[in-house]
Amino acid sequence: MAKHHIEATVNGDPVEFLCETEDTLLDVLRDTLDLTGSKEGCSSGDCGACSVMLDGRLVCSCLVLGCEVSGRKIETIEGMAKGEALHPLQRRFLEAAALQCGICTPGFLVASKALLEQNPNPSEHEVRFWLAGNLCRCTGYDKIVTAVMDTAAAMRKG
Amino acid sequence: MAETNGHSRTNGQHYVGTRTVRPDGMDKVTGRARFGADFNLPGQLIGRVLRSPHPHARIIAIDTSKALALPGVKAIITRDDFADQPSEFIPAGEMMMNYKDVVRNVMAREKALYEGHPVAAVAATSTAIARKALKLIDVTYEVLPHVIDVVLAMRPGAPLLHDDLFTAGVEPRPDKPSNIAKRVEIKLGDVEAGFKKADVVIEREFKTAPVHQGYIEPHAALATVSEDGATELWTTTQGHFIVRAHCARLLGLDMGKVRVTATEIGGGFGGKTVVYLEPLAIALSRKAKRPVKMVMSREEVFKASGPTSGATVRVKMGATKDGKFVAGFAELKYQAGAFQGSPVQPGVMCAYAPYDIENVHVIGYDVVSNRPKVAAYRAPGAPISEYAVESVVDEIAKKLGLDPIELRMMNAAREGTKAAYGPKFGPIGLEETLNAIKKTEHWNTPLRKWQGRGVASGFWFNIGGETTVSLTVNEDGTISLMAGTPDIGGLRASLTSVVADELGVPYDKVRPIIGDTGSLGFNFLTGGSRSAFSGSMAIVEAAKQIKADLCARACKLWEAKPDQVEFKDGAVRPLGALGEKVKPMTVADFAKTAGKTGGPIGGVGRINAQGAGPSFGTHLVDLEVDPETGRATILRYTVAQDAGRALHPAYVEGQYQGGAVQGIGWALNEEYVYGDDGKLQNAGFLDYRMPVASDVPMIDAILVEVANPKHPYGVRGVGETPIVPPLGAIANAMENATGIRFTELPMSPPKVLKALKDKGLNKA
Amino acid sequence: MRYEAPESLEGAVALLAEAKGEARVLAGGTDLLVQMRADVVDPELIVDIKKIPETRTVTEEQGGWRIGAAVTGAELKEHARLKRVWPGVVEAANLIGSTQVQGRATLGGNLCNGSPAADSVPALIAAGAVATLAGPKGRRDLPVEDVMLGPRKLALTKGEIVVSFLLPPRPARSSDAYLRFIPRTEMDIAVVGAGVSLTLDAGGTITAARVSLGAVAARVLLVSEAAQAIIGSRLDRAAQDRLEAAARAACRPIDDKRGTIEFRTDVAAVLARRTALIALDRARAN
Repeated sequence: MAKHHIEATVNGDPVEFLCETEDTLLDVLRDTLDLTGSKEGCSSGDCGACSVMLDGRLVCSCLVLGCEVSGRKIETIEGMAKGEALHPLQRRFLEAAALQCGICTPGFLVASKALLEQNPNPSEHEVRFWLAGNLCRCTGYDKIVTAVMDTAAAMRKG
Repeated sequence: MAETNGHSRTNGQHYVGTRTVRPDGMDKVTGRARFGADFNLPGQLIGRVLRSPHPHARIIAIDTSKALALPGVKAIITRDDFADQPSEFIPAGEMMMNYKDVVRNVMAREKALYEGHPVAAVAATSTAIARKALKLIDVTYEVLPHVIDVVLAMRPGAPLLHDDLFTAGVEPRPDKPSNIAKRVEIKLGDVEAGFKKADVVIEREFKTAPVHQGYIEPHAALATVSEDGATELWTTTQGHFIVRAHCARLLGLDMGKVRVTATEIGGGFGGKTVVYLEPLAIALSRKAKRPVKMVMSREEVFKASGPTSGATVRVKMGATKDGKFVAGFAELKYQAGAFQGSPVQPGVMCAYAPYDIENVHVIGYDVVSNRPKVAAYRAPGAPISEYAVESVVDEIAKKLGLDPIELRMMNAAREGTKAAYGPKFGPIGLEETLNAIKKTEHWNTPLRKWQGRGVASGFWFNIGGETTVSLTVNEDGTISLMAGTPDIGGLRASLTSVVADELGVPYDKVRPIIGDTGSLGFNFLTGGSRSAFSGSMAIVEAAKQIKADLCARACKLWEAKPDQVEFKDGAVRPLGALGEKVKPMTVADFAKTAGKTGGPIGGVGRINAQGAGPSFGTHLVDLEVDPETGRATILRYTVAQDAGRALHPAYVEGQYQGGAVQGIGWALNEEYVYGDDGKLQNAGFLDYRMPVASDVPMIDAILVEVANPKHPYGVRGVGETPIVPPLGAIANAMENATGIRFTELPMSPPKVLKALKDKGLNKA
Repeated sequence: MRYEAPESLEGAVALLAEAKGEARVLAGGTDLLVQMRADVVDPELIVDIKKIPETRTVTEEQGGWRIGAAVTGAELKEHARLKRVWPGVVEAANLIGSTQVQGRATLGGNLCNGSPAADSVPALIAAGAVATLAGPKGRRDLPVEDVMLGPRKLALTKGEIVVSFLLPPRPARSSDAYLRFIPRTEMDIAVVGAGVSLTLDAGGTITAARVSLGAVAARVLLVSEAAQAIIGSRLDRAAQDRLEAAARAACRPIDDKRGTIEFRTDVAAVLARRTALIALDRARAN
C-alpha cells in the first residue's frame, strides 16, 4: 500500500510528508516533521499532552490521522512564541513556576491559549473544566490555573 | 523575579529563598526540551517487548524463528541473552532490590510472574514491523494458578511464586518456601503494658489498593553499542548512575564503557528509579549493531512498571482519657508484586513517627503475588501506614471529645523525642505545622451539612547520600554547574540560586546542566527527597574550594598572608591595612586572568551527604459528600510542611500541592482493578482515574521553616512528605461529613453510597 | 489499510457496500483511533465522511433541527439557537471526553460506536431524534433508540451510514436536560446517563415527556414507564418517587470496573429525578 502524500501548513510553514493510513498526526509531527514538542502520554486522548490546534480547533493530535490533515492548518507548541517573543502564557508559566517536570506543559500552553482566544475572561471554574483534558501529575494544577487566570487578566489590560 | 546585572554582585545572599525563573524553563515552555522519547539517532531501530498474557505461567519454550525471518527484523532477545545473576541485595533509592530478581523482572526466565512480564524483545526497522514480529514469536506457556490478593498469598497452600523464597526475619527459618518474603519488626517499650494503662483502646483494620505513580511520560530508552562494547544510553530516569550500574551488571559490561545520559524526565515519583527498557535496548543494540529506541505504551506502563503496594494494615492504639498516647501497635501486610521488595520497612518505621509514644510495636510482612513488581512511590510505604494510624488518632480524638489538632499537639514528636524506629529527633517542625494549620482561616470556617473537615499529619525521614557536583568558572566569569541528580521538578533553579549566592555572581550568569555518567563522579539517584539537600551541600563544598583557591591566588598577587584576605560577597577582599593598597577582586576578575594565576578555576564537591532532616507536614481538607451518589468533592485544602529552608519557595510549594493532589487521587479514585483472571482491567488513563484540574481546588501551601542544623542553609528534603498526610486527612474528613469511618481505599462513590445506604443515610 | 475521503454520500455508501474486509466510517476518530491503537479493530478500509456536506451542517427543517452526523460537539456548543432550543442535547455532546475530544467527537460517531454509555445518545433519544440512514438500497429513517441494539451492535446493514439526525419541532414551554454520573468531574465514561425532555402546559403541568437512561443496560433505554410516571404531574414529590421507581425498574446493568449493579440502579433513579427537575426549570423559563 503506497503511503499518502500530504501537504499542510504547520505553524505557518508549508509542509509535505508521507504517511501510512494508521499514522496519527502526533506520529507525523514527532517522527516525520521532527516537531517533538507535542508529547505522547497515552495515545488514547486521555491526557492532552499531544494537544495541537487544527484549523483553529483544540484537538488531541493522537486522535487525528496524518492523512486527514491535507490542506489543513496545524499549530503546535513550537509555533507559540513569535521569534524571541514568548506568548504571555509562556512567560507567565515560567514566572509563576507553573511547571515542574514540564512534560504536560506544551499541552497546557496550547490548550490555555485556545481557551483565552475563545474566552478572555474565564472564571477559575471555567479554566479548570476547559483544561480537564490535560493531565498533570506534578503540580496539582494550582499554579497552572493561577498562571492562566493571571495571564488572562494581564492580556485584558492590554 | 531575579535581577540581572552585567557584573558580579557585591552584596550578600540574594537568590536563595526567592522565586527565580528556572534556567531550564525556556526550553520547557517552547517544546524544545528533550525528554526520553524525543531522542533519535540516525539508523535507529525500534524495539518492542513481547509480554506474558498470563499472570502466572511456566515458560516452556520460546520460538523466535518466524519472527527473525520477517524482513526488517534485526535482532530478538530472550532470557537466553541474559546471564543469570546470583542473589545480591543492593540499595535502590529507599528500597532494596536483588539482582537475581532484577534480571528476571527485566526478562522473564523460568516463569512469567505477572500479566505484562517481558518474555522477549524485538528490534526492527519500524514500529509496524516490530509489532508484527511480536505476533510471530511463539511462546509455549504452562499456565499456573495465580494469586493477587495479599492475604490470600500469605495463606499456606497459596500458589507459590518462587520455590526458593523462605521468609526472612523469622526464627527459626521456615523449611517450606512461601510467598512471604520477609518479616520486619520494630519495638519500643512494652505495648501490652501500655494498653493496660489506656482508658481508650481503638483497633481497626484497613485496606488499600495498589496505585501507580502516574507519570505522564512513559518509560523510554535509546541505546547504541559499538563493536568494542562502548555503550551510550539516553534514558528518562531518576538515576542514571544507577542505570549504568544495573546495565553493566546485567550485561557484563565495564561501567566505564557505559555512558548514560539522563534526558529531561516527565515525572518519576520513585517509579523511574529502576530499569525496565534500558538493559533490553542495550542488548538489542549489541545484537543488531544499530541504535535501538524503545518507548513504553501507556498500557505497558500500567501493566509492567511498578505501582506501589496494596496493603492490609491493622492498627491498635491506646490513650489515656487526657489524650496521651500510651501504646501503638500495627501489623502491616504489603504486597511486593512478583518479586520481593515492598516498602513495608519504611511503612513500619513511619507509622508512628510523628508521635512521642513510650510503647510501640510494629510488624510488617513483605508478600509476593502475581502483579507487577512494585517500585517506589513518593515516601514509599508511609502513606499507607500513616493513613491507618491517622484514622485511628482521629477516632481517639472523637471518642475523648478532644480537638484533633490539640490531640496531635499533645503527643507530637519534638526535638529529643526518640522515634520508635531508632534515632532521636533533632530540631523538627511538626508542632509548627500543627500551629500553622490551627491559625488558618480554613480551620476556622464553619461547615454545612454533608461537609466534613479532616486533619492529619505525616512524616518522611529523607536521605542524603553520595553526590558529586562540578563547578567551573569560565574565562568570562560565568559559572558552569554540573550536577548529577536528574531534575524532576525545578532542582536546577534551586541549585543555581545557591551557586549564585555562594560565589556572589548574578543568577543568569550561572548555567546548570545535569551531567552524564561519563562526565561526572558518582551520584546516587534523585529520590529520598535528597537532590536539593545534597546538591546544595555539595555546591557549598565545591564553592569552598574555589573560594580558597581564589584567596590563595590573591595572596600571591598581593603578596599577602592568608589572614589578610577573605572571600565575601562575591569577591576576595583585602583586610585591614592591605585594603589601602589593593582593591577587591571578583570571581570574574580572576576568571579573566586565570591562566596567569594558576590555571583553570573550579571545584568539585564530592560528598556522602549526611544530616538529612526529616520533614513533617500537616494537611487540612474540607470536602462535601453527595449522599445520593456517594461522590465526594474536595472543597478546600491546606498544606503546612516544614522545609527547613526553602531554597526556592515556588518549587517547594509545588511539591506540597502536587503531593496533596496525588493523595486526593489515591484516597478517592485511584486503584488497580483486577479481574479474577489476574489481568489488569484499567490499564489506561481513562479508567485509572487520576485527578484532573476540575477535580481539585487551589491547594494552599504554608511554608514552615525550622532550620535543619546539619545543612549549611538549613534545608530539609520536601518532596515526599506531601503525599503522606492526605489519605488520613481525607478519610477523616469523610468521617466528619458522613459519620462513617472508611477503612478501605479508595473511597470511591460505589463504596461510599453503599455505606450510606446501609445506615439509611443516602438522602439529601 | 486504505483511507478514502469521498465527497458524496453515494461514494461513501458504495465504498462501504463493496468493502471486502472490515471497513469503518471515520468522523471524529475519537473512538476509532483509540481502538486501532489498542488492536481491538484492524480495518482494511477507513471511509472519512467529513467531506460530505450533508453530514456537516446544522439547519432548521420543518420547524425542527437537522444535525449532520459529523458535526462536532464543539460546533454544536457554538450554535446559539440550537443550544437554546435543545440545551440537553448540546450539553450531552459536550460532556464526551475533554475539550480536545469535543473538538472532534460527533453525534454520529458517538451513536455508532455502539456503547450503551455514550453520553449524547440518551439526550437524543429523550429528544425524540430520528436518524436518517443512507445505504445501497436508499435512505430510511430510524428513531435513535432503534439504532443501537446492543454493545457494538447496530441496526445498520452493510453499506449504511448515519447521515444526520432530525430533532422535532419544539412546542412552547419545552426543554431538555442531560446528566451523567462519573466518579471524577470530567473525562470518565458515564457510569449512568439520564436524558429527559418534557413539555409543560400553561399551568405548569407536564403534558409530554421522554426519559432515556444510558449505561444501565445493553443498549440505551427509552423508558416509557418513567415518562408515564411524570406526565400529568407538576413533578411533585409523588411524581418524583414514581419516576425514580420506574427508572430503577428499567435498569438491567452489569457489574464492571466503572460501577456495580446496585450502584448503577440507585444512581439511575437519582439522576432521572435530578435531570427531570432541570428540564422542568428550563421548560418553565421557555
